[in-house]
Amino acid sequence: MIIQEKTACCVKDLGLMDYEQVYVQQKQYVDRLLNGSVQALLLCEHPAVLTLGRMTNESNIFVDEKGLMKRGIGVHHVDRGGDVTLHAPGQLVIYPILNLAYFGRDIHNYLRQLEQVAIDLLESFDIVADRIFGRTGVWIGKKKIASIGIGVRKWVSFHGLAVNVNMDLSLFSIIKPCGLDIEMTSLSEIKQETISMEEVKRRTIKCFFRNFYLEEASD
Amino acid sequence: MKNVILPELGEGIEKALVACWHVNVGERVAGDDDLVELVTDKATFNVSADVSGIIREICVGKGQEVSIGEVLAVIEPLNL
Repeated sequence: MIIQEKTACCVKDLGLMDYEQVYVQQKQYVDRLLNGSVQALLLCEHPAVLTLGRMTNESNIFVDEKGLMKRGIGVHHVDRGGDVTLHAPGQLVIYPILNLAYFGRDIHNYLRQLEQVAIDLLESFDIVADRIFGRTGVWIGKKKIASIGIGVRKWVSFHGLAVNVNMDLSLFSIIKPCGLDIEMTSLSEIKQETISMEEVKRRTIKCFFRNFYLEEASD
Repeated sequence: MKNVILPELGEGIEKALVACWHVNVGERVAGDDDLVELVTDKATFNVSADVSGIIREICVGKGQEVSIGEVLAVIEPLNL
C-alpha cells in the first residue's frame, strides 16, 4: 500500500473581485509555488465577465462588444483550455494553484478530480450530479452546473472550476456556454431557495482538501 | 543539440495543438523559460526549455497538432 503524505495548501477567500485582479494573484501564487512556497486555493466571485479560452469560437458569443459594454460585461482572452464561459456574482470560482507532480502529472486525472470536488459539494446538498463522458464539467441530468478550464505551467495548475450557486442564469443566454447547445443550472435553481455562498465556500474547501489529500497551511 | 519533446500529459491525451510560441529561432533561452503553450480540449500546458541555449529550430507552427513524444523545438545547449 502506498501512503502518500498530505501536502500543504493555503486558502485565500478573495470575495467579489475583478477577473484581472484575480488573474494577477493566480500568477503570483504560481510563481511563489515554483519558488518553494505552499500550494494555494483561491476562492472568489467575479463581476459579470466573459472569458474566452484558447479553444473559443467567437461565433459562440451572441452580443457584440458594444452590447456587452452596455450590459457592463467585460471580456478577456485567457490562457486556459476550453471555449467561452461567463462568470458573475452568485457563481463560486475556485482557482487551485497545485503542484500536479504530487498528483501524478496527469491533466486528465486532475480534471476528473476537480469534477469530483463539485460532485461531492453538490452531494452535501443532497443533489446527485454526474460527469458526461467527453464533456468535462459537472451535470445534473442534461443541465450543466459546473464548468472547468485549466492552465498548467511547469506542472503547476492555474485557472479552475466555476460552480453556479445563486447566479442569474439568464446571463448565459448571450453565449453558447463552452461552445455547447446546453442549458445551465444552479444550486439555488435545483433547491428552489437561496443558498448561502459562505456555506458553499466552506463545504467546497472541505471537499477540495479531502479529494486532494491536503492539509491547511498559512499563506 | 537537444530536442524538446511534448511530454506525456495524462491518460488518454495523445495530441495537443500549438497555441503560441513564446520564443523565436535564434533566441537565447534559460532552462526554466517557457517555450511554447499547447492546448488540449480543457487545458493549456506550457513546455519549458529544460536546458539553457539557443533555439535552433521550431518544428511545429501555431495551430498545428502535435503528438506526445513529437519534437517541438531544437536547442543548441550553451553555458549561459
